[in-house]
Amino acid sequence: MYALEIEHLKKTYSSGTKALKGVDLKVEKGDFFALLGPNGAGKSTTIGIVSGLVNKSAGSVKIFGYDYDTHQAQAKSCIGLVPQEFNFNQFERVIEILVNQGGYYGIPRPQAYKRAETYLRQLELWDKRNDMARELSGGMKRRLMIARALIHHPKLLILDEPTAGVDIEIRRSMWDFLTKINKQGTTIILTTHYLEEAESLCKNIAIIDHGRTIEDTSMKTLLSQLNTETFILYLQSPINDTHNLKSHDLSPFDIHVLDENTLEISIHEKMQFNHLFKLLTDNGIQVLSMRNKTNRLEQLFMRLVDKNRNNSELIETLEQTSHTENLDG
Amino acid sequence: MSWFEKYNALKTIIIKEYLRFIRIWIQTVLPPAITTALYFIIFGKLIGSQIGDINGYKYMDYIVPGLILMAVITNSYGNVVSSFYSAKFQKSIEELLVSPTPNYLILIGYISGGVARGIIVGIVVTLVAMYFSDIQVHSYTLSLFVFILTATLFSIAGFINAIYANSFDDISIIPTFVLTPLTYLGGIFYSIEMLPDFWQTLSLANPILYMISSFRYGMIGTSDTDITTAIMIIIGFTLVLFTFAMHLLNKGTGIRQ
Ligand SMILES: Nc1ncnc2c1ncn2[C@@H]1O[C@H](COP(=O)(O)OP(=O)(O)OP(=O)(O)O)[C@@H](O)[C@H]1O
Ligand SMILES: [Mg+2]
Repeated sequence: MYALEIEHLKKTYSSGTKALKGVDLKVEKGDFFALLGPNGAGKSTTIGIVSGLVNKSAGSVKIFGYDYDTHQAQAKSCIGLVPQEFNFNQFERVIEILVNQGGYYGIPRPQAYKRAETYLRQLELWDKRNDMARELSGGMKRRLMIARALIHHPKLLILDEPTAGVDIEIRRSMWDFLTKINKQGTTIILTTHYLEEAESLCKNIAIIDHGRTIEDTSMKTLLSQLNTETFILYLQSPINDTHNLKSHDLSPFDIHVLDENTLEISIHEKMQFNHLFKLLTDNGIQVLSMRNKTNRLEQLFMRLVDKNRNNSELIETLEQTSHTENLDG
Repeated sequence: MSWFEKYNALKTIIIKEYLRFIRIWIQTVLPPAITTALYFIIFGKLIGSQIGDINGYKYMDYIVPGLILMAVITNSYGNVVSSFYSAKFQKSIEELLVSPTPNYLILIGYISGGVARGIIVGIVVTLVAMYFSDIQVHSYTLSLFVFILTATLFSIAGFINAIYANSFDDISIIPTFVLTPLTYLGGIFYSIEMLPDFWQTLSLANPILYMISSFRYGMIGTSDTDITTAIMIIIGFTLVLFTFAMHLLNKGTGIRQ
């Protein structure tokens, strides 16, 4: 049994937008799962359907074995949702928001209050418990929504961009907090546009684009697909004509001169750094420091999304052509 | 959800709805008290003394039941329409939609909030009325029954209005263009027997007439309409609107894309 199992999920909004054209996802129990995709890919729509905020057009959703169509209440009780946009009453107090949310899940007020205290303390909001929600800062509001999502001890926590607009320190403490509750057994699904966040937190990953799943695999497998990495090298002294970068030895490395003190070099996994540095030294080039050009997951992500963009353009053209043909016929 | 969990969920909605209008009592409870006091002074005391009796009752005593019920109608309706619409507007309705709370409890919870406001405002307006007139109650059972039923009916109506509303303007259109005219023409200030035949017959199509009539009968013992028919009509309307509101909620109209 999966924590979440989505099959052939489709959604067409009343505006006519086809937000989902066939999303398939399987999330294991206990997983820390990244759901990635560019803006407008359909992440929030998928999450909306799973959590009961959006009506699906087709497909099936199962949560811990409960089919959404037949066992909606049980399915909903398993899920805690931290939505992308703030969705609490701005004029309610922090503590009330939590206790009421507990009530909607059937938890008696005294018990809900105790749980609220636990989570507000852990998320460093206890001092703010009597403030109105609108008086909180953006980052505090995000944490309030995390506390609210946990009040009924959900088995599956879904966070839609929880770290958007959150400062580095709080983001780190959020990561620690999420890692902790994941270790305690809560399955977590996270969407984010910070790919290093997904890379460091998540075990498995799916990428959706244009309303379709284009990748669903483990983080390890995905990252191992990346067979070339690009590095930026900072040089001790400026490059000049005496340096022969086009030399035969260096040609397997893809070298670009960014400016006289900076080189960009792509290295295939089969190549050795030692070899590269030896050749650079032989050519009289001294390297001061170096860094990855982009995050590894980011490189892969861009590549997959680009590939999919071409594919979906192709599919759309094909669909249109067949449509036209049908009309003609 | 177990019965205990459902009980907790319903209780939560009711407490939240109750605290909402109590907290802003200056906007919710005080205005009807002031408006009715003005009605009593102007229509009851100043003009009423020139009018004489209706069906053998002093004009002031005759208009009291209608004024109480008018306050209940406006406030029950207004409570649910603004509370539910602002929950939609701020998206806090999603807190309920993601939870396992069944739709009928959501509806009953919001109705209870509207009825609670109706009761509080009803009590306040009655207290104001007692200052101007000798309140007598012909039948407590009937008065209370009609009172609660009317509050329920208009709470549901407010809920439906909120479901369809897409802007703050939309929540004042029905009260201004439908509710207020129907209430004024529902025989608060006059007996429909005083109207020409045509207008008398037309008035019978106004559901609010039946509520005011039966409530007045409950309080002072005189009525424009047959009480049993009136009550059947009110119950009928309530059931139809409740079913319709449930249908909209289940479909997700206005709250789920
Ligand atoms: N309520 C709505 N009505 C109509 N179309 C919508 C609605 N919500 C989303 N869409 C459309 O559905 C598509 C998917 O949107 P969605 O919000 O699911 O994307 P996303 O992957 O969450 O993007 P982001 O990273 O920007 O949050 C977009 O084309 C969007 O315009
Ligand atoms: Mg989104």
